[in-house]
Amino acid sequence: MREFDLGRAVPRTEDFPLLRGRGRYTDDIALPRQAHLYVLRSPHASARMRAIDLGAATAAPGVVAILTGKDAERDGLGTFSSAVQRKRPDGTANFVPPYRVLALDRVRHVGEPVAAVIAETLSAAKDAAELLDVDWEILPSVTDTAAASLPGTAAVWDDVPDNICFIHRVGDKAAVDAAFARARHVVAQRFRISRVAANPMEGRTALGVYDERDGRYTLYAGLQGVHRTRVELASSIFRLPTSRFRVVSPDVGGGFGMKGSAFPELALVLWAARRIGRPVKWTAERSESFIADHHARDNVSDVALALDEHGMFLALRVETVANLGAFLATMGVHVATNNLGGLAGTYTTPYLHATVTGVFSNTSATCPYRGAGRPEASYCIERIIDIAARDIGFDPVELRRRNMIPAEAMPYKTGLVFTYDSGEFEKTLDMALELADWTGVAARRAEARRRGKLYGAGLASVIEIAGGPADFPLEEAIEIRFDPTGHATVLAGTHSHGQGHETMYRQFAGHLLGLAPERVRILYGDTDAVFHGRGTFGSRSASVGGAAFVVAARKIIDKGKIIAGHLLEASALDIEFADGRFSVAGTDRTVDLAEVAVASFIPQRVPRGLELGLDARAVVTPPGPTFPNGCHVCEVEIDPETGVVKIVRYTVVDDVGRVVNPLLLKGQIHGGIAQGAGQALCEALIYDHASGQLLTGSFMDYCMPRADDLPSFAVGSNEVPAKTNPLGIKGAGEAGTVGALPAVLNAVNDALGPLGIRHFDMPATPERLWRAIRDAEAKKMPLSQ
Amino acid sequence: MTDVIELTVNGRTHQLDIAPDTPLLYVLRNDLELNGAKFGCGLAQCGACTVLVDGKPVRSCAYPVDAVQGRAVTTIEGLGTIENPHPVQKAFIEEQAAQCGYCINGMVMTAAALLKRNPHPDDIAIRQALAGNLCRCGTHARILRAVGRAAREMAR
Ligand code: FES
Ligand code: FES
Repeated sequence: MREFDLGRAVPRTEDFPLLRGRGRYTDDIALPRQAHLYVLRSPHASARMRAIDLGAATAAPGVVAILTGKDAERDGLGTFSSAVQRKRPDGTANFVPPYRVLALDRVRHVGEPVAAVIAETLSAAKDAAELLDVDWEILPSVTDTAAASLPGTAAVWDDVPDNICFIHRVGDKAAVDAAFARARHVVAQRFRISRVAANPMEGRTALGVYDERDGRYTLYAGLQGVHRTRVELASSIFRLPTSRFRVVSPDVGGGFGMKGSAFPELALVLWAARRIGRPVKWTAERSESFIADHHARDNVSDVALALDEHGMFLALRVETVANLGAFLATMGVHVATNNLGGLAGTYTTPYLHATVTGVFSNTSATCPYRGAGRPEASYCIERIIDIAARDIGFDPVELRRRNMIPAEAMPYKTGLVFTYDSGEFEKTLDMALELADWTGVAARRAEARRRGKLYGAGLASVIEIAGGPADFPLEEAIEIRFDPTGHATVLAGTHSHGQGHETMYRQFAGHLLGLAPERVRILYGDTDAVFHGRGTFGSRSASVGGAAFVVAARKIIDKGKIIAGHLLEASALDIEFADGRFSVAGTDRTVDLAEVAVASFIPQRVPRGLELGLDARAVVTPPGPTFPNGCHVCEVEIDPETGVVKIVRYTVVDDVGRVVNPLLLKGQIHGGIAQGAGQALCEALIYDHASGQLLTGSFMDYCMPRADDLPSFAVGSNEVPAKTNPLGIKGAGEAGTVGALPAVLNAVNDALGPLGIRHFDMPATPERLWRAIRDAEAKKMPLSQ
Repeated sequence: MTDVIELTVNGRTHQLDIAPDTPLLYVLRNDLELNGAKFGCGLAQCGACTVLVDGKPVRSCAYPVDAVQGRAVTTIEGLGTIENPHPVQKAFIEEQAAQCGYCINGMVMTAAALLKRNPHPDDIAIRQALAGNLCRCGTHARILRAVGRAAREMAR
């Protein structure tokens, strides 16, 4: 068997340079004559800018230029677009705020860019920015999700007095209402999904170059897909042909959804580079990342589940208020409305209805973050099931089991949007329970109790869409180019920022073309080299990139057969391809792909009239999305004296379809769980609702999960191939997060249940837990005391 | 205000005319083209910029360059060679601990310093040593395993 084949645990080919400090991230690139850009940001949540006095700043040492919103307007720069449109209650299209590169006369959230100072050094730019004098008129603001659309709240946009961007409804409302009317049990609860920061360790960075010889702009930046960013900058901001732009995204230190957004600074460095005729660099400081990166999650959901007397789910009703921020991130509306199908979970619930009210607020825009609506949906369904089990008196495993979609029912059209192509949910559940030693929970609970600890065990059976959206999956592009020495370059439209795509594509090349890894070079993240691409997000790259790879490889083989036939003096129709070799059927005459590639460049060695060279490109749209799924089991111990919670065991069995590489897969699952558990246990961006200031603006105030917070995970796999792509891959990037958010909080709530606490919202920080425990105990005290 | 500062990095001595309070990280990255140490926060809160000064880990983003005069600075570029990587670097590859790679400099340098100080750390000592290093890709479990593996390798 080939070393680099599909399914093999091959180590990453990208590691050696990274471990030697030879990665090449945007900030590692320094160009001759580059100037540094610093962004002056709004200190206010909502204010009018009466005037900006550049005064002393322009004359400050080292200053090259200072740019404001007025300059941008004068230069005709446009505004960022929003990729998804929804409707207002009156049927009109949602309001798309003018998302400028610099504020014009009004700011609407702390951190909004107000002016760009370009100087010889970063410190000179910062010093000069301090001299800028803005005459502010501070206005009332709103940052609280639940309050944003209440009457009397300050309007973020005059055009939208009620702050309601859209109201989106999906599902069969009449059927849901009818089911609730006849239900034996109705279980309802309000859930708050906190606002979090993606916080990749490499903050956002951008280096802009303008070449006046051909009027072309080059952007180096940490992104998740270069082509989308190029089109957005070209069409929305500069209003120039895309051919005038080159976007390069080299090594990227983590994206997690956030680096899929277009941001003002990407345009600012390009614009400034043209204005001053020099390269311009901007690197976010961490405090800027906190206030000016797009945030994520942040919604309030009222969830109600209707059940019959046997515990069968009759209907689910969800009413969500989603905080979009002051502006719409490229994919902000997508997050709030496009992954609602996940509410159906792994269950047969026949009727579901969801209403999402998207509201504006004086906060940074919300964008996709690992899961992008999927963890929120799985949290709603998996939490309400646990609450129902406790309220009514069902075993949470049994309640799930009896409502689970049976494997025989596939393909299964759920009650909300999605049709699942495959999945063995009950088997996956059983595998997880076994791996987790679920039957041992009672003993572990008793043992922990003897040590004075509250013990909780929670599970979540989850499913998420990948390679979507559901109704119209996006395409991906792969090009395979052989060179005259018989080596191949694979050019991918996806983008790797930690996932290990270089290794994955080498495995595809081994599997489909029999190529040894050292014969394959992988290239992505450069619009001048890669002809087309969507990028990496939504757990799509392996399945959709793989589907494109299959087609491109087939084209290579088809042309290779013609050349091989010529070389072997046989008809192309008699040539077979296997394991990297072409052979004449039924004979031992063979020639390998590399030799065919070499021959393809030599006129005498190919059939007369055949185009020279061996290359192929494919743009492939899969017929449908995939549905990775899995079962997570989490066990926690809480110290009631301190409120400190510890995850003591964590088990997951995932069905990500066909596994490309178990090492990469486990890495993705670990990382996903860390981010889900991080949000469940400690992370939260908190605005002071009175002032609109962000209170959690550094790693001192914003808790990131650390080595100590995470146990070692037990990870198992139930590999059920997807039916919607040729390699059977489902996707793995978001699975960990989708399961961890509900599993961890189900465990925490299970631990708190005996105290009479019905539902405890995230984050389960020691302080919040300690208060909840203390309040619950106070309630339990006899009145006479 | 600049001064001529002499510093020794990875065994090479440099003389730079530079403001003495410039953070060491900026000097390494901007003046010496040593990009292995990363800017993650600039506030000594994440560990991405860790380098060794006389064998001890320091956060170079918050460490003025004049404080390293006369002392030996080691960056990840000087930790091992292509032919002979440091055992921690090897162990990180063997355990597949890197994802995006951005935190890895800090993890490797901190671990190398730990193993020098304490060649036989237990799991708690490893966790404690790395507690101040953030990794957003969530590869903590493998990083801890890699450090344990490096310790065993070095003990042989
Ligand atoms: S960059 Fe130095 S600790 Fe974060
Ligand atoms: S590997 Fe990406 S931050 Fe650690």
